[in-house]
Amino acid sequence: MHVHVLLFGIIADLTGESKISLAIEANATVKNLKTLLKEKYPQLNSYNTYAVAVNESYALDDVLLKDSDTIAIIPPVSGG
Amino acid sequence: MKNISILLTTDKLSLQDCYDFVDAPTCGGIDVFVGTVRNHTKGKAVKKLDFSAYGPMAVKEMQLIAERALAKFEVHKIAIHHAEGLLNIGDIPVIIAVSAAHRNAAFDACQFAIDTLKDTVPIWKKEHFEDGEVWVNAHP
Repeated sequence: MHVHVLLFGIIADLTGESKISLAIEANATVKNLKTLLKEKYPQLNSYNTYAVAVNESYALDDVLLKDSDTIAIIPPVSGG
Repeated sequence: MKNISILLTTDKLSLQDCYDFVDAPTCGGIDVFVGTVRNHTKGKAVKKLDFSAYGPMAVKEMQLIAERALAKFEVHKIAIHHAEGLLNIGDIPVIIAVSAAHRNAAFDACQFAIDTLKDTVPIWKKEHFEDGEVWVNAHP
């Protein structure tokens, strides 16, 4: 299956990407996606202080992904 | 919800709009927090701030904060407005206005809203200095 991944802030700068499509095995979790991202972007090995949102809601590591989900990689926020 | 006003915009924020939205005859007080762009950080001169957001989720999270504030405190109405894009010194990135029958609830709800916004709403600011730029809070 494929998921859409949005990257923001310093993570977009580190990876040079703001939006990618990723192929990932069925029944993958948020944790699996994080591992895949680190393989694709080794620079994320030294930067792992980010949260993940699935379809615009914060999601913990054990959340299951579905085909066509939109995943956001959210470095520490600094609004206000 | 008619007691909540949420806005994320590249336009200039309006203090008057926030005030007018929360103003009501049943209220004895309105508390307003206005965030402004400061000209220094850690002793270094800041030229401007660039705010970027994950728009759809930022709006959802601001809505959640407003709903929680209405549920948690004895307040009547709340407005949470946030700007995105390039802001200069003195510009206003955020306004929170809360009306309540009694002032303590308005103060408490306003503090809760700005503190939670800074924790959860997916908006990021980049500080621009004379000699470079840096994502705020990127290395907590």
